[in-house]
Amino acid sequence: MSAQADSWDRAALSVGLLLFAPRYLAGAVIRMRASPDRNTVLDSLANLSTRRLHPAISDEQLFGGLDLSETLKHGQLIENNGFFNNPCAIMLTMAERCGPELAAKLAHQLDRHAGHCFLALDEGAEPDEAAPPALTERLPFHIAPEGKAPAGWAPVPAGTAPVPPREVACTQGDLEALTMLAARFGIDSLRAPLLALRVARAHAGMAGRNKLHAEDLEAAACLVFPQRATRMPAQEDAEEDAPAPPETETGTDAGMQNTSDLPDGDMLVDAVKALLPADLLAGLVPAGTLRSSQGDGAGQKRKGNRRGRPLPSRPGRLDGRSRIDLVATLRAAAPWQPMRRAAQPSAGGLLIRPSDIRLKRYQEQSDRLLIFAVDASGSAAVSRLNEAKGAVELLLAQAYAARDHVALVSFRGTEGEILLPPTRSLVQTKRRLASLPGGGGTPLATGLQQAAALATQSRGKGLTPTIVVLTDGRANIALDGSADRTHAAADAARMARVICAQGIQTLTIDVSKRPQPALKALAEQLGGPYLALPRADARTLTGAVSAALEA
Amino acid sequence: MKTPFPFSAIVGQSAMKQAMILTAVDPGIGGVLVFGDRGTGKSTAVRALAALLPPIRAVESCPVNSPRSADCPEWAELGSKKVVSRPTPVIDLPLGATEDRVVGALDIERALTRGEKAFEPGLLARANRGYLYIDEVNLLEDHIVDLLLDVAQSGENVVEREGLSIRHPARFVLVGSGNPEEGELRPQLLDRFGLSVEVRSPADVAERVEVIKRRDAFETDHAAFMAEYGAEDTKIREAILKARRRVAKIITPPDIIEDCAKLCIALGSDGLRGELTLLRAARALAAYQGKRKLTRAHLRDIAPSALSHRLRRDPLDEAGSGTRVMRVVEDVLG
Repeated sequence: MSAQADSWDRAALSVGLLLFAPRYLAGAVIRMRASPDRNTVLDSLANLSTRRLHPAISDEQLFGGLDLSETLKHGQLIENNGFFNNPCAIMLTMAERCGPELAAKLAHQLDRHAGHCFLALDEGAEPDEAAPPALTERLPFHIAPEGKAPAGWAPVPAGTAPVPPREVACTQGDLEALTMLAARFGIDSLRAPLLALRVARAHAGMAGRNKLHAEDLEAAACLVFPQRATRMPAQEDAEEDAPAPPETETGTDAGMQNTSDLPDGDMLVDAVKALLPADLLAGLVPAGTLRSSQGDGAGQKRKGNRRGRPLPSRPGRLDGRSRIDLVATLRAAAPWQPMRRAAQPSAGGLLIRPSDIRLKRYQEQSDRLLIFAVDASGSAAVSRLNEAKGAVELLLAQAYAARDHVALVSFRGTEGEILLPPTRSLVQTKRRLASLPGGGGTPLATGLQQAAALATQSRGKGLTPTIVVLTDGRANIALDGSADRTHAAADAARMARVICAQGIQTLTIDVSKRPQPALKALAEQLGGPYLALPRADARTLTGAVSAALEA
Repeated sequence: MKTPFPFSAIVGQSAMKQAMILTAVDPGIGGVLVFGDRGTGKSTAVRALAALLPPIRAVESCPVNSPRSADCPEWAELGSKKVVSRPTPVIDLPLGATEDRVVGALDIERALTRGEKAFEPGLLARANRGYLYIDEVNLLEDHIVDLLLDVAQSGENVVEREGLSIRHPARFVLVGSGNPEEGELRPQLLDRFGLSVEVRSPADVAERVEVIKRRDAFETDHAAFMAEYGAEDTKIREAILKARRRVAKIITPPDIIEDCAKLCIALGSDGLRGELTLLRAARALAAYQGKRKLTRAHLRDIAPSALSHRLRRDPLDEAGSGTRVMRVVEDVLG
């Protein structure tokens, strides 16, 4: 319970600070589902008199643009006032639905310090569903209290004699403490310590101090860093003995006085550590890997207004990017004609209002491409090349039924080869497969490289690639063609990580006599399922593949 | 709007700063692409560049900043023909810009009020002889990218629409910035950028503290901070002006040209744009450093930014193309 109460305390402090210096702090992310509790928080922010902005807002509303009705009425260009033209508090509702384009525009606006205060309401339910990082990065606070609001919750009020945050002095030591702390939590962006500094200043200003105290730094670190942390700090870091930066004239004397009451670095670390989410380590992904490696089985769906299968049209504005659905528009306007005619007897033709306009929407389904990377080396040939061939053939039949594209990559000796570029021709694939010769070393890395290159290429053409690797896993030829077993394994692992990083869906099928632990590790690096088939016929293999693909 | 953060106050990021200065020395290099993580000072540097650039001489009322009144396009209705000094235009191309805004379109106000057909110049006209800056260039919509490709190549903007037939010069330095995690850039557009640099957060704590300190000083004591670094900026500006005068006179030994060609062949870069940019950028660098002769050291210095984005894309290379270029440079230049 105390953790929950604590999270509400922090929310109270964040909101209090935000109310104290909205322009200076520039805003917050409020990650809560719509609930009475969220209303409590939002009500407390009501003083900011926010304007609401939704993720699908048009540029004209944002930046200001031609006001068509007024322009036509007065016969001269009249522009409406955009959100950005005068400083105000802006509330972005459904921030988790905000696309990167809008985020970029808002971020630009935040960078200009034009005096806006952004409140991003993030209603994301899943961990992956969150406001775009370009935006959250620039907002100091992350208000996400847990549990129910305690009775009588209210933002922390400002002191009786507040000091403007800009006038709060800070020392070299304060700067170092915040920067160091950010580095120890693995926060790369330099915006984090900057924002923390601002928060610390506002915190001191609110309490009526004109100098930063230990409690200000602690509060700032606790409010700004936990949501950005990417790692737990090591117990004792080598950073302690990093060379001290040159002190400035102003910094020296103030720094001397303050060293005594500067909080110990470890104390600050402990304070933030206590606030880190428990699943931080579980949620950590090594740099470069994308969460998206778990794709859907079939091709990805994309909504657009240009191509694909038509969806029901919906009301909207003509913004030059979408196409009008004429029939639907006329149908929407038709029932109103007599009424509108009565209101405007002099007007000729059809009377169409903006609310009648219907826009076309399409859903594009990209085709799936199955890339078979088949190990045709001597070791595989001895064991089960024919079985693998048979399995691929059966899979081909299924692929044909699903109108999937198929490509074939084989690797043996020292090189990988694209036997068949992406095609839908079943006959051709079968013929190539039948004549697939076996023998030679296992250049697994090269095979993966070829398959990945093909996958990337096909993705550019709008296909959704899936790589199916059939191998016995005994990689013994490295990327450069040398016969070095350890080197070859390292190369294969590296290539697997690259494929995983690109978010390509994979499936690894072990065709060796006994399941190979090394291959299982490889499958993990590829981020896809692993199937070991000690002894099975082609039909079991196919069943397993389809099951894995549909999962 | 507030004065941007001064260019000389940016800590570290020397590759990015050098690339930007070189395009100011020789606009023919053809632009800079800055790719990097969030919070590394990309946008700050570009916005600072605007304040750093030396002013240009242009006809006062000309929409395309022509240097002489004879050069003004015939469709422009000129008021004052006086040649004045004005800051080098740095035009922001916002992500959501419509085609009309970018290339120019029928002037709606005039069409409605006076029933006249007149051309309202767009961002490309305003960027002539200056810079066109696209933040988050990798998120730019495809049809705008297509337009830019064409204009950046020909240096001329041709508008044929709504009964208008207009052309005007549009020679600008393209500056793009973006975060590669959010999207890739098409190789065609990539090739149009002369130099590309990758920026990273400084790993050194002292350097990080310095960044925070300067930024904080900039925000709290604006006037004093600008006074401190304004002089530095002026120095850089003067060096750029000097280098501009010198760049045409740089002596280029034939074996250096051969080195350029060898480098590009070894790297297998497409087309000849690589060699040309490499040579131009190296010359600009020599001029900026106050040298008279081009040497291998200049080539070595500039090769990663001039060539790394022109390699056949190898998505499987984890090391990054900059390292690949350095390796080849070591091989070829010894």
